[in-house]
Amino acid sequence: MSPEPTQELLRPHAEQRFAAELEALAAADDRERPANWLLSPWAVVTYLMGGTLKDGTVISPKYVGNARLIEICVATLATDRALLLLGVPGTAKSWVSEHLAAAISGTSTLLVQGTAGTAEEAVRYGWNYARLLAEGPSAQALVASPIMVAMQTGRIARVEELTRMPSDVQDALITVLSEKTLPVPELATEVQARGGFNLIATANDRDRGVNDLSAALRRRFNTVVLPLPASAEEEVSIVARRVNDLGTALHLPVGDGAIDEIRRVVTVFRELRSGLTEDGRTTLKSPSATLSTAEAISVVTNGLAMSAHFGDGILRPSDVAAGILGAVVSDPVSDQIVWSEYLETVVRDRKSWAEFYRACREVSR
Amino acid sequence: MTQAVHVVAELGPGQPAPPVRVFGVRHHGPGSARALVRALDAYAPDCVLVEGPADADDLIEWVADEQLVPPVAILAWRADEPLASVFWPFAILSPEWQALRWAAGHGVEAHFMDLPAASLLGAREDATPAQVAPVRVDAIGQLAEIAGYDDPEAWWEDGIELRSSGDPFEPLNEAFAMLREANPEEDDETLRREAHMRKVLRAAARRGHERIAVVCGAWHAPALAGKLPPASADNALLTGLPKARTELTWVPWTHQRLAQATGYGAGVRAPGWYHHLFTSDDQPIVRWLTKVAGVLRANDLPVSSAHIIEATRLAETLATMRGRPMPGLSEVTEATWSVLCDGSDLVADLVTREVVVGQALGEVPDAVPMVPLDADLRATAKRLRLQISAVQKDIVLDLRKPNDLAKSHLLRRVAILGIEWGTLLDATSTGTFKEAWGLVWQPEFAVRIVEAAKFGNTVESAAGNALLADLTNLAVVTTALEAALAADLGDVLPILLRTLDERAAGEPDVTRLLDSIPPSARAQRYGDVRGTDTAALGGMTAAILARACAGLPAACSGVADDLAGELQRAIDGVQEVIGLLGAEFVDDWHGALLATLAVHALPGLLAGRLTRLLLDAGVFDSTQAGDRLSRALSSGADPAWQAGWVEGFLAGSALLLIHDDLLLGIIDAWARGIAARTFVDVLPALRRGFGAWSPAERRALAARVRALGAAPATTSQPTEFDWDFVQPVLASVSALLGGAR
Repeated sequence: MSPEPTQELLRPHAEQRFAAELEALAAADDRERPANWLLSPWAVVTYLMGGTLKDGTVISPKYVGNARLIEICVATLATDRALLLLGVPGTAKSWVSEHLAAAISGTSTLLVQGTAGTAEEAVRYGWNYARLLAEGPSAQALVASPIMVAMQTGRIARVEELTRMPSDVQDALITVLSEKTLPVPELATEVQARGGFNLIATANDRDRGVNDLSAALRRRFNTVVLPLPASAEEEVSIVARRVNDLGTALHLPVGDGAIDEIRRVVTVFRELRSGLTEDGRTTLKSPSATLSTAEAISVVTNGLAMSAHFGDGILRPSDVAAGILGAVVSDPVSDQIVWSEYLETVVRDRKSWAEFYRACREVSR
Repeated sequence: MTQAVHVVAELGPGQPAPPVRVFGVRHHGPGSARALVRALDAYAPDCVLVEGPADADDLIEWVADEQLVPPVAILAWRADEPLASVFWPFAILSPEWQALRWAAGHGVEAHFMDLPAASLLGAREDATPAQVAPVRVDAIGQLAEIAGYDDPEAWWEDGIELRSSGDPFEPLNEAFAMLREANPEEDDETLRREAHMRKVLRAAARRGHERIAVVCGAWHAPALAGKLPPASADNALLTGLPKARTELTWVPWTHQRLAQATGYGAGVRAPGWYHHLFTSDDQPIVRWLTKVAGVLRANDLPVSSAHIIEATRLAETLATMRGRPMPGLSEVTEATWSVLCDGSDLVADLVTREVVVGQALGEVPDAVPMVPLDADLRATAKRLRLQISAVQKDIVLDLRKPNDLAKSHLLRRVAILGIEWGTLLDATSTGTFKEAWGLVWQPEFAVRIVEAAKFGNTVESAAGNALLADLTNLAVVTTALEAALAADLGDVLPILLRTLDERAAGEPDVTRLLDSIPPSARAQRYGDVRGTDTAALGGMTAAILARACAGLPAACSGVADDLAGELQRAIDGVQEVIGLLGAEFVDDWHGALLATLAVHALPGLLAGRLTRLLLDAGVFDSTQAGDRLSRALSSGADPAWQAGWVEGFLAGSALLLIHDDLLLGIIDAWARGIAARTFVDVLPALRRGFGAWSPAERRALAARVRALGAAPATTSQPTEFDWDFVQPVLASVSALLGGAR
C-alpha cells in the first residue's frame, strides 16, 4: 500500500491516510448509496477488505479476516441500526470503526471516548458558560457533542469503549438511537438526525467489572464480535510486526532469535486461550485473564526491554517468563492452578522448551 | 435463466402429455420437492419411478402407513456382515419422499429404479459404509459460475430451493444435458446405475404405462430423458454384477444424522432450515426468525418482537448487498448471530443445534422387519455357541482361551446396551483369568435391542456408541473406559481417552479428579491382563495425576468437614494405586501432599491424614512426624481441629502407635490435657479414630498406654522369645521357602 504521509502528523486519520483510495472508490462506485453515504455498501466493504477496482486501482486491505463480518457491519449501518463491535483487546475494533466511519461519512473524527469520567455533555451537548451567563440559553451558547454534530450533518459518530462509561451516560444514547432525535429543553427545541446518521460503538467483552449495557440500550445495537487471529502464523506475524514497530520507537533492538521466542509466547497464549494444545491432543483449563494479542505484544516488548537493559541483548526464555506469568495469573488461586497444570502437563514434555520450563519454574515459586 | 423457467413452465393443457417426464432433483432439496409435487399434480403420471435401490420395492408400501414418519431411512445390510450397510435417508423435504407419498396418495404404482442394494453391497469387500454418488457439486459449480455466483450452494439455493413457483425441471435437464455433453460421465458405477434406471424405465413402459414420472438426481436426468439407447448395451453393462444376500428395512432417522454427510446423496448442512422452507407457505424469513426467537426464549434468553423485526431487516439488507433475491441460510444465520444472539457464538451454536439442524426424530411402524443389530447378536451368539435361552445356565469362562474371551466380550457388550443377559457370578478361583456367568434370556430384551439399534448395526459398534452417548462427567467417562477395556471395544478407546482428557481439563473438582485415578490405574492393569494396548491410558492417567497434584493444595484449603472426609477418601484411594503408576509419579504425588500440608487453613482431618501418609511412605521419619503431631496438638489449636488431626492420623491401623512410644506419648499427653467440657466435643472424632481398630489392637494399645507411665523406654525392646516354642514354626516356614534359610 502507498499511504501518503499527510504533512508530518504523528498519526493521520484514516480518511487522510487513504484519501486516494477513497477517491478512486467513489469514482468507480456506480451502485446505489444510502442517504448521505459517500460510498455504496459494496464499496465500503471493498475499502475494508481490499481489492482491485476496474480502473486498476489497488485497494489495500484494512481488515484481515472474515469478509462476512464486515458485510454484517455495513449492512447494519445501512439499516440505521447502531453497530456494536465487541472483542478482546487487540482485535482491531477501533481500527474497523475508524475505517467504516471514514468510508461512509468521510470523517472518523466524530468520536466520544468512553471513560469512567465521561459526562453526559460528551454524549448530548454542553454549554459555553461565559455565553450562557452573559446571554442566557441560546443556540450560540450551546456546545454540540460529536454525536449531535453527526446527527445534524447525517454522518457516522463513534463511541469508543462504550462499557467504560457510567450507565446513566450510556442510557442517554437510547433516545438518540430509538427516536433519532436529541431534545434541547433549554431552548425548547430538538435536533432531528438527518439520513446517514448512525453510531458505531466499541466495547471489550472480556473486561469484567465494567458497566454492562442496559437491555434497553443493548437492543438498539446489532452486535458483531471480532475474533482473535485465526491461525498461529497470522498471530505471530501480527505480534512480530507490532513488536518491531514499538521496538523502533523505543530504540530497542529486535534480535534475530526473537522470532522463536515470539512464536513461543504466541503459542502459550493461544493454547491457554483456546484450552487446547496446538497439536489438538491435550485439553487445558483456561485462565481468567484475557491473553489477547495485545498482551502478547506487551509481554514480548517487556522481554526485549529486559534483555536490552539487564541481559545480553538476546531475547531469552527467562526474559519473557515473568511477563507470561503476570499475564496468565491474574487470579492468584485459580489461575495459579491453571498455570502449574499447563507447566507440568504440557511445557515439561516439550523437549525444546526445557530452558523455558526452567525459567517458568523459577518465577512460579 | 429465470426467464427460461417461465417459458417452459407454460406447458399448456392443450398439448398431449409426453409418455415420460424426467424430474432431475437435488436430494433433500425442499425447492425441488415443492416444484416436484406441483409438476406431478400437473402431469398426473400413472407410474412413478424413484432413484433408490430396486430391491427395496417391497418397502414402498410402508410409505402409505401414517406411522412411518420421516426422517426415516432405508437400511440395507449384508446378511452375513451387518456392518456392511447402506442408508438411503428420506426427510419430509426429500423430493424422493414426496414422490413416493404422491404415488401412495393417488394410488399410483411406484418403484425404485437404481441398482439393487444387493449389487452395491456385493461389490464391496470391505465393511466401510457406502457413499452413493451425490449430485455433482462441480456440475452445479459450473452452472453457478455461468450465472455469476461464487458459491454454488448459494446459486442452487437462489435458483431452485428458494423458488416457490414455476417448473424448473425442463431447463435444468437442458442445462445438465449440456454439461454432460461437455464432461462425459466416465465413472463405471454411475454408468451402471444409469443403465439400470433405463432398464426399469423400459420395463415400466412395456407394462403399458402411458405417463411415467422419473424422479432422480439432476445429474442423471439427461441419461434418462428423450430417446433411450438400445437395451442391449445397457444389459451388457449390467451382466455379471456381484450380488450379496441383502436385507432391507426402514429405520428411524434424525435431522442430526441427515446433517452428517452419510449414506445417500449429499449430507444436508441445515435440515431444519430446509424443512422450514418446505413447510412454511409464506413469509419464510419472518417465520424462521420467530421460530429461532422461540427457542431462545425457551432457553431463558430474552428476545422481543422488535429483535425479530431488526433481524429480518438485517437479513434482507445483507441479501440485497450480496445481490441475492431473498435471504438464504447464511444471511439469516448472520442476522440471528448479530441481532438475536448479541454476537455470542455460544448462543448461536444453540440455535444451530436446535433449529438449523433440528432435533426431529423419525418413527417406524412396529411391523417393519428386524433390525440388523438383532441379527448380529444372534449370529455372534451362535458362532460362539452361547445358547439364547430363557432357562438359567451357569458357565465358567477361562479368559486365556480365545473363544471364552470372545464370550466374555459379547456378554459385557450386551450388558453395556442394557441387555442383562449374563450376570457375573463370583468366580471360585481368585485369579483374574476366570469368570463365571449366569445366563438368562428375558423376552423384553427384544425391545431393548430395538432401542439399542439406534447405536449401531453390530453388537460391537452399538456397545461402543452407547458408551459414548452419555459422557456427562468424569466419573462416567472413567467407568466407561473400564467397561470398554473389559468388553474389548478398541474403536471407542481413543474417543474415550480424548473425552477423559477434556473432562479432566475442565474438571474443577479435585475430588472427582482424584476419584478417577484409581479406576484408570486399575483399568490399565486389567487391560494388560487382557492384552489391550494401554499405553495411551497410562499417559492420560499421568496427566490427570498432574492436574490433580496441581489443584490439590488449593482444593484442600479451608474446606468444610464433610468435604474433607470426601477428600481424605479420595486421597487414600490414589495412595493405594500410586505404586501402579511408577516411581516418578510417586514423587510428584508426595510433592503435592507436602505442598498441601503447607497450605493455610487445612482441615485437621486432612493435615493428620497427609502427615500419616507421608510417614508411611517414608518421606517423614518418625521424629519429623512426632514434631508435627506435637505442633498440631499443642495448646494453640482448636481442640476440634486437633481431634480431626488425630482421626486422620490414626485412621487405618493401630500398629503405628503400638510400636512408636514417641507418638503415643504425645497423643497421650494431649488426650489427658483436654479440658472436661471440650473432651465431650472431641469425643466423636476420637471415637472414629480409635473405634475402627480391631479389639486386639485396642487391647494392645491400652496395655502400651498403661506401660507408658510405669516403665518408659522399655517398650521398643524385643520381647524374649521362647525358642523351643517357635522352632517348629520356623522349620515349617523354612520348608515352605524351599530351605532358603
